[in-house]
Amino acid sequence: MVKAKEKRIITGKFTPGSGIKAALAGKPEEVVQEVIDSGLRGKGGAGFPAGLKWRFAANEKSDMKTIICNADEGEPGTFKDKYLLDNHPMKVLEGMAIAGYAIGADKGIIYLRGEYAYMLPSLEKNIEDIKKNVFSKLKVGKKKFEFDIKVRLGAGAYVCGEEFALIESLNGNRGEPRNKPPFPIQKGYLEKPTLVNNVETFATVSHIIEKGALWFGKFGTKSSKGTKLFSISGDVKYPGVYEFELGVKLRDVLELVGAENTKSVQVGGFSGINVTESSFDKTLAHGDLPAGGSIIVFNKDRDMLKVLKNILEFFEEESCGQCTPCREGAYQLLKGIKMIEKGEKSIRYYKDLCDLCATMKDSAKCGLGLSIPSPFLSITNNFKDEILYR
Amino acid sequence: MSEMIKVNIDGIEVEVESGATVLSACEKAGVKVPVLCHHPDLNVAGVCRVCMVEIEGMGNLQASCAYPVTQPLTVKTKTNRVRKARRMNLDLVLAEHYGDCYTCPRNGNCELRTLADEYGVDKFKFPHVDKPRYAKDTKSFSIIRDQDKCIHCKRCIRTCIDMQKVNVYETANKGHDVEIQVALNKSIADVVCINCGQCVNRCPTGALWTQDVSDQVWEDIENPDLFVIMQTAPSPRAAIGEEFGYPPGTRVTKKLNAAMRRAGFDKVLDTNFAADLTIMEEGTELLERLHKVIVKKDKSVKIPMFTSCSPGWVKFIEHYYPDHLDHLSTCKSPQQMYGAVIKTYYAEKIGIDPSKIRTVALMPCSAKKYECNRPEMNASGYRDVDYGLTTREMAMMLKEAGLHLADMPTEEFDPVLGEGSGAGMIFGATGGVMEAAIRTVYELVTGRPVPFERLNITPVRGMEAIKEASLKLEKVKKEYKWLEGVELKIAVAHGTANAKILMDKLVDGTLDYHFIEVMACPGGCLGGGGQPIPTTPEIRKARANAIYQEDEEIEIRKSHENPLIQKLYKEFLGKPGSHKSHELLHTHYTKRGQYFVKD
Repeated sequence: MVKAKEKRIITGKFTPGSGIKAALAGKPEEVVQEVIDSGLRGKGGAGFPAGLKWRFAANEKSDMKTIICNADEGEPGTFKDKYLLDNHPMKVLEGMAIAGYAIGADKGIIYLRGEYAYMLPSLEKNIEDIKKNVFSKLKVGKKKFEFDIKVRLGAGAYVCGEEFALIESLNGNRGEPRNKPPFPIQKGYLEKPTLVNNVETFATVSHIIEKGALWFGKFGTKSSKGTKLFSISGDVKYPGVYEFELGVKLRDVLELVGAENTKSVQVGGFSGINVTESSFDKTLAHGDLPAGGSIIVFNKDRDMLKVLKNILEFFEEESCGQCTPCREGAYQLLKGIKMIEKGEKSIRYYKDLCDLCATMKDSAKCGLGLSIPSPFLSITNNFKDEILYR
Repeated sequence: MSEMIKVNIDGIEVEVESGATVLSACEKAGVKVPVLCHHPDLNVAGVCRVCMVEIEGMGNLQASCAYPVTQPLTVKTKTNRVRKARRMNLDLVLAEHYGDCYTCPRNGNCELRTLADEYGVDKFKFPHVDKPRYAKDTKSFSIIRDQDKCIHCKRCIRTCIDMQKVNVYETANKGHDVEIQVALNKSIADVVCINCGQCVNRCPTGALWTQDVSDQVWEDIENPDLFVIMQTAPSPRAAIGEEFGYPPGTRVTKKLNAAMRRAGFDKVLDTNFAADLTIMEEGTELLERLHKVIVKKDKSVKIPMFTSCSPGWVKFIEHYYPDHLDHLSTCKSPQQMYGAVIKTYYAEKIGIDPSKIRTVALMPCSAKKYECNRPEMNASGYRDVDYGLTTREMAMMLKEAGLHLADMPTEEFDPVLGEGSGAGMIFGATGGVMEAAIRTVYELVTGRPVPFERLNITPVRGMEAIKEASLKLEKVKKEYKWLEGVELKIAVAHGTANAKILMDKLVDGTLDYHFIEVMACPGGCLGGGGQPIPTTPEIRKARANAIYQEDEEIEIRKSHENPLIQKLYKEFLGKPGSHKSHELLHTHYTKRGQYFVKD
């Protein structure tokens, strides 16, 4: 299914054990430095420099730290973590162990999306295998290397992909984002320092530590190093998971996947932005188009108002419902669009909705609420005539 | 003390402790920031997003109630960006808040309405709900709930779960379907609610309220065949002034007496009298228990003994520790004792058929409504107490009748079963029952007053979560020889979360006290669920001061020295713990489910 364009990292060959062995050959702080030097950004969507997060986590003093692999892949149009866990689970597990060694954690948890429950038996077997065949044979100085990994299942809430909601869910509470600070690296799972990274981030780390930051830095752009998996769906001939070097032009991607008569593309999932022809020459990289991993293509037959309605229905249902701008904001945006569809509200009301978006972007409690305005504003901006004057 | 950090709020420099919130820094700078979900008694939620501020260097606005100061900050609270966001979030809340303000019990005292006023809301920006979506839950004797007015601030959840450890409320569903539900969407009457009403005191809107019985009371007042007797507890007297614009802690007892007479109550009595009676019974029970445990080695008798004046606490232990009910004193609360005495002894004294008497209790408490409706509370053949009236309801009745406290003369209580001692007075504050009991028990046993200056047993006073003290019993009277040298260990807890700490120790077998006072509400009765809204630590302190002042001014400060109490025993009850006392003044308890009320 993967059609890598020339260069592969994440979906490339990997000798099990090579990453963690390379890590244990150095000091933990050297591993952290290597990740910092690589310029790797978190692959979950926000794109925060992974090495920096690791350093913060490493600097925390605590009797217990936890590595969490965020496998709650819930962004609509995203299925690349599923691919990784199905096909390259060992890289992910090894990446977690490397992180554990780097920041001083001896436990890891994979928070697995509820719908991926079918993976549980194979994943648990893989964990047994890596512990028996790889970890148990390793030493840190004179001590045996130990790293335990458990799998926990989510129950279907989109918001549990947000790191604090995920942690709350693991803590046995309602899965809701918390106020930050303190951040998970300070007070996370069981109120102890916790490092949360995406599945793909851990898989990438295994390669970086195996081959070095210098090698990794050869891929990608100045501010977005390496490659990235993209889940591509919608009106294309060849939907699927692709690995591209960061900095790839959207137009090249569309061509490769067989997109024709393309009207617009939703980049970065529902919470990303909608772009049209005029932006197709932009690149998928930090600072340009969001490289969140999901690309949904709409061709000329699609009604963009229906697309927007679909997106808002999703958010209206998947907001955790605790903060006002997200819970009520998503609801009012959806309601507003429905009223505009029926001709019950004028263009002036659309301006009120844009004001609402400004407040949501400025005052929602977590990334979910903060990003709902992105699809709303970009789609209505791109298709003003189609949506507002129908 | 932790490090002090400089914060600049709108140009005003203040210093706060590291970890303090930006909101508290704003308060310190004298800058008002609007809040809806924040409450000084509760954990941080940061969900309403009304207290947003601009913090230099941060991309987005931040909720000031949730943002901790850990480095010097520059904060702006009045920019257009801030005001627009606050107003927008307010508009969003208002769109989903159903109800006409003038038909709401919180009309005039609603935090949402105040904010709408302050932020100049002149129209609904978004389509507004115009039909009720929920049926009101009015089944409970104490708490009623109007979910249509709920704004999802979660104060009730944080009150119930974090502060009181009761767990009635929960968040259900997600997205726009989120609801604050009573467990499994049942009625409040059918779950573990202890009726403390702390959620009502903290609800910013009219979504939570107490069952209102004022209409029935008015009916009875007007009924020429009925004789309506009011008894008032000390806490409402220390707080009702707040409903009439007086500062917290203003004592209005005598004006209130006058107002209630003018409202039509036939007699106005002082519950402190019954508090003294409770001390006599409870003190005697404690000594009996100690005797059985220490002298007779009777394993079936349980020590420590817990007080039973607080109906919220009683229901808490019935639900959560049903196997430890033997530790509860069998004494009824003062309210119920008084009711039983009024419909027997007092009825005879004033020559009125008890079937024609209605007893109304003015209480700081929502749980008292449930308590007076407990089926076992009718030892005299009649309901001990017919109505429990909250401070808020009383204020409303007086306002309705045009009786403003400021206009009232001062009047005394009615005689015969009139006044109580200062010991009864301090029942209203946490530690008060303990202090009153110890004043009496110590003197009973040793023949000397408690060894504290002016009888003020200061170790059990104040707002600490759990207070403890011990008192060595020396040179005791002959009949209490068996107590010589015994160190009487006592503890006081207020708020059921603190009570839970003690109960869990009891279950573990590590609780080493003889006598423990528990009040379900923070601060004791003065912080009760029927008291004026708002409630804050400062307001509760002011009310406590008023109560302790009144105690100081009362001549008789020990329950057993109240001549009327002595008279009651002589003429009617015999002696404390007598058969008749047990019949009228003591009660029993019910094991209840930990999750739901058994049908």
